[in-house]
Amino acid sequence: MLWYTGRRLLQFIPVFLGATLLIYAMVFALPGDPVAALFGDKPVNPQVAAQIRAQYHLDVGFFQQYLYYLKGVVTFDFGKSFSGRPVLEVMQSAFPTTIKLAFMALAVEGILGIGLGLLAGLRRGGFFDGTVLIFSLLIIAIPVFVLGFVLQFVFGVKLGWVNPTVGGNATFANLLLPAFVLGGVSLAYVLRLTRTSVAENLTADFVRTATAKGLSRRRVVTVHVLRNSMIPVVTFLGADLGALMGGAIVTEGIFNIPGVGNALYRAVRAGEAPTVVSIVTVLILVFIVASLLVDLLYAILDPRIRYV
Amino acid sequence: MKRQLSVVTALVAGAALLLSACGSDSKTTSSDSSGPAATGSSAAGTESSAAGSDAGSSSAAPAEATGGVILANGTEPQNPLIPSNTNEVGGGRIIDNIFAKLVYYDAKGETHMEAAESIETTDSKTFTVKLKAGQKFTDGEPVTSASFIDAWNFGADVTNAQLSSYFFDPIEGFADVNYCEKDAGPPDKKGKATCLPAPKAKTMSGLKKVDDTTFTITLTEAQSDFPLRLGYSAFAPLPTSAFKDIKAFGENPVGNGPYMLSGPGSWEHNVKIDLVPNPDYTGDRKPQNGGLTFTFYQAYEAAYSDLQSNLLDVIDGIPPGSLTSYETDLPGRSVNQPAAVFQSFTVPARDPHFSGEEGNLRRQAISMAINRDEITKIIFSGTRTPASDFTSPVIAGWSDSLKGADVLKFNADGAKKAWAAANAISPWDGKFTIAYNSDGGHKEWVDAVSNSIKNTLGIDAEGKPYASFAELRTQVTDRSIEGGFRTGWQADYPSVSNFLGPIYKTGAGSNDGDYSNPEFDKLLGEGSAAKTVEEGNKFYEQAQEILLKELPAIPLWYSNVTGGFSTNVSNVQFGWDSQPIYYAIQKKA
Repeated sequence: MLWYTGRRLLQFIPVFLGATLLIYAMVFALPGDPVAALFGDKPVNPQVAAQIRAQYHLDVGFFQQYLYYLKGVVTFDFGKSFSGRPVLEVMQSAFPTTIKLAFMALAVEGILGIGLGLLAGLRRGGFFDGTVLIFSLLIIAIPVFVLGFVLQFVFGVKLGWVNPTVGGNATFANLLLPAFVLGGVSLAYVLRLTRTSVAENLTADFVRTATAKGLSRRRVVTVHVLRNSMIPVVTFLGADLGALMGGAIVTEGIFNIPGVGNALYRAVRAGEAPTVVSIVTVLILVFIVASLLVDLLYAILDPRIRYV
Repeated sequence: MKRQLSVVTALVAGAALLLSACGSDSKTTSSDSSGPAATGSSAAGTESSAAGSDAGSSSAAPAEATGGVILANGTEPQNPLIPSNTNEVGGGRIIDNIFAKLVYYDAKGETHMEAAESIETTDSKTFTVKLKAGQKFTDGEPVTSASFIDAWNFGADVTNAQLSSYFFDPIEGFADVNYCEKDAGPPDKKGKATCLPAPKAKTMSGLKKVDDTTFTITLTEAQSDFPLRLGYSAFAPLPTSAFKDIKAFGENPVGNGPYMLSGPGSWEHNVKIDLVPNPDYTGDRKPQNGGLTFTFYQAYEAAYSDLQSNLLDVIDGIPPGSLTSYETDLPGRSVNQPAAVFQSFTVPARDPHFSGEEGNLRRQAISMAINRDEITKIIFSGTRTPASDFTSPVIAGWSDSLKGADVLKFNADGAKKAWAAANAISPWDGKFTIAYNSDGGHKEWVDAVSNSIKNTLGIDAEGKPYASFAELRTQVTDRSIEGGFRTGWQADYPSVSNFLGPIYKTGAGSNDGDYSNPEFDKLLGEGSAAKTVEEGNKFYEQAQEILLKELPAIPLWYSNVTGGFSTNVSNVQFGWDSQPIYYAIQKKA
């Protein structure tokens, strides 16, 4: 297992190089001159524009720019945004909030999704099952920004139970509503995955055996049914973590959360290659680590799976 | 149960591992706000100690007595808070509150002395500035002639790459400090610079210190309204500590204005900035509140939600979705008034069919084919005012009765006649387009204007979207754009000439349509050389009458400023520059 993990970690290097090159190329291909946009509607001073281009190595070819970037990364210098702020600092302020939000959303999906899914699966075909299924369909069907605005208006503006926006106050209580909105759609998927999986396993041979052995219903359900039903759910949750971190742009916008989505959006609009590439690279790393963890979890959930 | 426990443990351990993995990658630290503070070096250090001692000794108490802190909306400044490098609203409103320039503008756009005692001239070319005695920066350094001269020279020096450097262009010697070895045209297709910055001088010859509180400004040519522009943020003074480490200064600026930063780290990037009253400030913009907190929002929608919950005191824009309801949402607390923003679109004379007499006729026809009243009402819910000239109603010198202003009224018959007359010179072919950036909410009005033109003139007309502002501006700047394109101008200082010179003068910096008319240039020159602003405006009126004939840009409307305030504050007024007069806002007890 250790050897396997090490090998997987080594894969980070080619993935990192490939991903950064690809994203750098994409940002480079964005139309328009980012320096021209810096001046807004005001006259562009060609002398000053030239100076800024030289400062950010925008006056050299694509591969040279990319090599400058790589050279920096080796020394943990991820370049600078146009405002002169180091990209590292931008990430340092954006990631903690988003990580918090993403894990809260993940907890919402995990706890509610698995819990409701398990109950629905155990009572397949019943009233509870039907209600939960309709509820999950509804959540999947509502676009995130509609859900966000409506909940913000109802609970924030009208009822006043929570602050409508989060801002710099990323406390647990303040992030609860955004986390629910962010995790909402995935919650419905987790719920449906768990339900199907549980319902299927209930009729499996090993469950019949366990029941025949005289194990309590509780033990059968938690240890035999639930545990074996978790493999597809864990796969989904693992992949979803990356999606939650990178895909929070809408939620972060609605609730004014100064996180990764916000930083990424601003950087793409400004054409700041170093910022975009660095943030996306970290997100890619999150994806890789999450998928590694999922693979390792398989072995724990199902002892038949072995890694060498 | 044991097995179950191990699953949970594994999950938790996995989560922790993941956290630490991204942590090590992004060098995550515990606190968001530690960033700016950590970067602070010498300048920030001195400021903090000085500010600390000042606030501690004499002044914290009276500042407290003036009332609560006003919560206002803002956006993360695009650039470090250096006055000559701040050219957008997010940073501009902070700069304007923490620096006192020579003059300031009141709500009506009238100019008053602030740091200056007087600005005098006999020929509108050389100005003698006398500073009020006893002013100081919040780090204790006195404000002297050198504070202004050094700051302006820094801003103009091309090696410092300051975005607002062109503001110093009228000053004698600017060309030498903004000099390039090769001529700096637009970059070539690969973005390669065509210029190597190499200033011939480090200081502008037009700035001369007489004594500690007196200096002279010499311009390359006469400009009667030059003092009007001295209230723009680029003309702020800087303390000597700024030049030691301008980067640190930009994070934690030291000013001489009505407010100051509450200390190092008061600028929480992407989150907010806290300003407290500056106890040493002696000018007229005396804070009537306990400070300002600008919370940075990504979108007006979120800010508007906070305003409705009274978690925000004043907002300087209403989100488009709420324009139809904000007056009832905020009874007696909403604002909708014209601002110094002029909107237009430009059809350059280099386009086929748009030069000479034919071009003038076509532009007049297009202008008369646009139903401005209807579009401003329907698309903008009455938050735009149809244009009647090339300036703005909040500027002294604006007019709705210029000769030839009829072309700005909807007139289907006149439009058809003018178009037919142009066709007699050379028949029209092809399609008329208006380019716009689709990331800025322009689609609706561009479509409406195109339809108005299409239906009136019976020609093919449509909008031409560009993905981003950067893309549109690049094509406009390198002149590769075809057809009409959206243009706009927000005045930097309240003067008619600021709406005309930078945009329509031959070779001017924002003359995107390459308009050139010697007679117009001459009138601009005469307006500048006039003894007073009023006299100058007479020449500018004549100049505008030329523009109304040739329409280098087709005026559409003036943007209004929309805004609102909470039930917790009073005395909210919006200035000529669309900004609330922050220092005058009072918090109710």
